[in-house]
Formats: sequence, structure tokens, C-alpha cells
Amino acid sequence: MNENILKIEDLVVAFSMYKSGSFKKENLEVIHSLSLDVNAGEIVAVVGSSGSGKSILASAVLGLLPKNAVTKGSITYKGEPITKERQKDLFGKEIAFIPQSVDYLDPLMKVGKQVKGVFGTDERRKELFEKYRLDESAAGKYPFQLSGGMARRVLITGAVMGNPDLIIADEPTPGLDLEMAKETLDHLRSFADSGAAVLLITHDIDLALNVADRVAVFYAGTIVEVAPTADFLAGKDALRHPYSKAFIDALPQNDFKPIPGTQPYAGNLPKGCLFSDRCPYKDSACDADQPEREIRSGKVRCVHAS
Amino acid sequence: MIKRKNVLSETLRMIILLFLVSFLAFVLIVKSPIDPLVSYVGTESTLSQEAKEEIAEYWGLNDPLPERFATWLKNIIHGDMGTSITYKKPVAEVIKTRFAYSVVLMMLAWALSGILGFIVGIICGIRQGGIFDRGIKLFCLTVKSAPTFWLGLMFLVIFAVQLGLFPIGMAVPMGKLASQVTIWDRLYHLILPVITLTIANISEIVLYTRQRVVEIINSDFILYAKARGENRRQLVVRHVLRNVILPAITLQFSSFSELFGGMALAENVFAYPGIGTATTAAALNGDAPLLLGIALISAIFVFSGNLIANILYGVCDPRIRESEAK
Repeated sequence: MNENILKIEDLVVAFSMYKSGSFKKENLEVIHSLSLDVNAGEIVAVVGSSGSGKSILASAVLGLLPKNAVTKGSITYKGEPITKERQKDLFGKEIAFIPQSVDYLDPLMKVGKQVKGVFGTDERRKELFEKYRLDESAAGKYPFQLSGGMARRVLITGAVMGNPDLIIADEPTPGLDLEMAKETLDHLRSFADSGAAVLLITHDIDLALNVADRVAVFYAGTIVEVAPTADFLAGKDALRHPYSKAFIDALPQNDFKPIPGTQPYAGNLPKGCLFSDRCPYKDSACDADQPEREIRSGKVRCVHAS
Repeated sequence: MIKRKNVLSETLRMIILLFLVSFLAFVLIVKSPIDPLVSYVGTESTLSQEAKEEIAEYWGLNDPLPERFATWLKNIIHGDMGTSITYKKPVAEVIKTRFAYSVVLMMLAWALSGILGFIVGIICGIRQGGIFDRGIKLFCLTVKSAPTFWLGLMFLVIFAVQLGLFPIGMAVPMGKLASQVTIWDRLYHLILPVITLTIANISEIVLYTRQRVVEIINSDFILYAKARGENRRQLVVRHVLRNVILPAITLQFSSFSELFGGMALAENVFAYPGIGTATTAAALNGDAPLLLGIALISAIFVFSGNLIANILYGVCDPRIRESEAK
């Protein structure tokens, strides 16, 4: 197995906020005991429905959580925790971030200067512009003047400026047509093939299955199952968690069969297994905390999984 | 950069504005209880009733309002603003000398409040919620709610009367010949009025800058810049300043009207011989020509501020520049 780059263990993220109608603060837990690791040379896709808190995961790794966030658990990069001091050495150099949209660029700064960032050089920028088929004139443009595809390439060049070992891409494809989405994913694939670790956060399972090596299923603030992409392609019987199976069943190309109920929201979660209130296999064992178990080279949080 | 069409339309707007301002001011003065004849000859005049009627007829006071306005307008266009009753001098000359005093006072206060307010606003925004931020916010809200003349009086009481650091009023020392007055005398007399006017105008720019900085700091592009390893200094220099400075300058230019109002009050408190005290004197003496002249000049002044603000926005923000070019 390749070198481990990013390891997240039992991460808990809570937001401390005022209870409605009172002056008492309470902690609203949005990420619960989440574990995930990403190795060099692979793409791990975190797949989950919109609004389930996937982006908070990226923020947690990048130290971008708002001030009222409380975290527990550990996030390590190449075996060591990412401390405030280490952030300075890593961000923009070894760890890169590809954001959702062009809104993440300063509207009043020219694109070339932003791609260069604080650590880059003009030579490297020119080289990357050529590589990613960006016209040199784009460097003198403002973000609002870019087309969707150009903006996407600009964000990618910004990310690879420092030759990163870990790339975190948060929903890099919405709003793009199939061809451009494919192009973006191909870029991610080539980063991984050249030895980088890629954490891809997306709600688009089809795209994820196209490009990822492993897929992590995100549900209600935690990862219920991590499995090789092949298992997802093989169908629901190869998967371990009831939610992953239901997920596969719900896809249009399969049975297109939804499961009843909706994803529980933070602050209103069932006890024990977070999926228990919708699960057909629920019994008393589900009320306990679900530790991560390793089954057939995948990881799952379900006592009944096999 | 600015297209000819814009210049034309702005000029047209200016002309319409000046016309409306002068018309409104004219009507207000004509309908006010001021009798131009009485204010000219004085209440203890020994003129006979016939003579008075003759003067009124000669001045055209019995003509219908539109006709009187048209006469005044015609003279204005020819550069004749009339003669001030209060100062016994042509209005244009009075305004010129008075305005020179006021412009120095206003520009100093304007620049000071702008620069100081901008810096303080940035610091507050970056340290939002801290002690400095809260203190400044309280100060700004207090000052903003306090009338300018009261502020001026307070400064006079504290710094001029009790501490004796500054003169109580006027622009030059009393009892000195005009030829002996030095520039230091003038500056010394300017300090308190400038401070008063600066403080009275600073809160807006501080609160605005602070609010913008807070918004910017919470925006996505700051998150992205942080994720790319920019430190706090770089964030402020590269992104915060860039995004806040133009709107702040624009706001400062469009605040000319408040500056003008504040100046009129401050000048009266400090007996500073500028346009503000001239306005009060003109109003008290029923000096219609001077009042109208001042109304015109202040309209031009405020309009220029807004015009500069508009132009600056167009020139400096690439997004607006682009949409105007289309």
C-alpha cells in the first residue's frame, strides 16, 4: 500500500450556538466520529447528498472552520497533526484546495496574480497556463470575465502551483457540462497517477465512480462506509452498509427505488446508528454506538454489515 | 474612460439641479416674512411712503413671481449675483473670500476624517468584537447622535476655556493687523474647528469601513486565500484593502453634503468667518441675494462631490467599467 497522506480519525465537529429562545449556548454536532484516510496515488471520493455537511469536512482539514466550531478527534498529514505552525508550511505548498466556484477568487484581483498566490512564480504560472490550455491573456482578466470552463482551469492551476501532495477538491464539477466535468476529473486522475493524494468531495456518484479509487459514503455527518470503487460498480450485494445498498438501488440506472424518510439533521439525530430510523434491518443492537469495522477490504459502521 | 454621453448627461443633471435649487430658494425667500425694502433701507428709515413705492416699482418687487425669478436668473447667467446687504459688497466677492476660509477648514477635516476613519475602520473590522472595536463603535454611535454644535461647544469648554490650549474662536488673533497675521496664527485658530468637524464626520466612514471589512473577511475568497497559505498581513494587504478602499473613497466624496452642514454649525460655534457664518448673518439680516448665492454655491459643491464619487466608481471598479463600456 502507498504512503498514507491524510488520516482523519474520529473527527467530531460541533458549532456552539445559542439555543433558540434562550441565552444558553449549546453545541450542535454536525460531524460525528468520522474516519477516513487517503493514500498517495489514489483518489478517495466522499459522496453524499447536498446539505449533509460534506464541505465542513474540507473546512476542517484546511483549518477554515468558523470561530464557533469545536472539534475533537485527529487530522494528520503524513503522520503528524496539522497544527497552526504546520499550516504555514503546508497550505498553498503541499496541501492545495480546489473550491466550488469562481466566487472563491478575489473579484478585484487579476487572475494571473491570484493563480500565482503568495508562493508562486510567474514562470511557473506561465508554464501551468500552457499546460492547462489557458490563454496568456486570461492572466490579465478579472474573475468575472472568465467563462465557466476557464474559471475551472484557473482554480486548478492555482491548486497545482505549489506541486501539492494532497489536493482537496470540494464539488469541483457542478454547473459544468459533461465534457468539462470529465476534463476536470481527468486532471484529478492525472494528479493521483503522478503520486498525489486526492480527496474529492461531491454529490455526483456517477462522476465519483468514474474517477475514484475508493468511495466513502457520507450520511448525516459521518462516513458510514468506505469501499473500493469496484464494489459500487459490482452492485449492492458487494456493499456493506444498508444505506450504501439503498443508495445504489435509488440510482436511475438501477431500480430507481427511493427509501422512505429523509436524512436526519444535526441536533435531531437518532441514537446509535444514524441510519437506524430508516433502516429495514434495525434491531436493538443498532441503538449502541457504531464502531468502524473492517470487512472485505472496506470499512463500515454497522453491526449487521457483512 | 468616461464616455462623452456620461459627461453630457451629468452636465445636464447639474443644470437641472441648479435650476431647481435656485428656484426653490427664490420662492422660499420671496414667501418669507423678509421685506427686501425694509432690510435694505433699515427699519428707522425716514423715506416717505411714495419714495418706498417708487423703489419697489424700480426693483420690480410688484412684478409677478416668475418674472422676478427670470430677471434674477438672467443676471446670474451674466455673472451678476447682486449685492450683499449685510456686507455692502458684491455677492460674488463675499462668497469668494468666505469660501476660501471654509474650504481650508472643510478639506482638512475631510481628509483627516477620511484617512483616520479608514484606518480605524480597518482595524475594527479585522478585530471585530474586540475591546478596541467595541470602544470605537460606541464612540462613533455617540458622536453620530450628538449634534455638531454641541460637540464644538464641548471642545471649546474643555480645550479652550478650561485647559486654555486653543483660542476661543475666530480665524485670526483679535487686535492684530491683517498684515501681521502669520500662517501659524491661522493654523492655530484652525485646530479646534478642524478637530470638531473631523470628529463629527468620522463615524460614518469608520462604521462603513468596519462593516465592509467584516463582510470581506467572511467571504469565500478570503477562505480560499487562507487555504492557499496567505497570512493575516497578506490577507489584509492583498484582499481586504483592495476591496474596501474604493467604496470608502466614494463614500467620502458623497459625504460632502453632511460635511457642509456640519461646517455651517461648527463655524458659528467658533465664530469662524467662513461661508457658514455668512449664511447665518445673511439669514438674520434678510440678505436675499447672498442667501441665494450661497444656496447655489453649496449645491454646486455637493453636486461635485457626488459627481466625483460616481466617476470614481466607474473608473476604478473593473466590473462597472466593463458594463459601462458595453
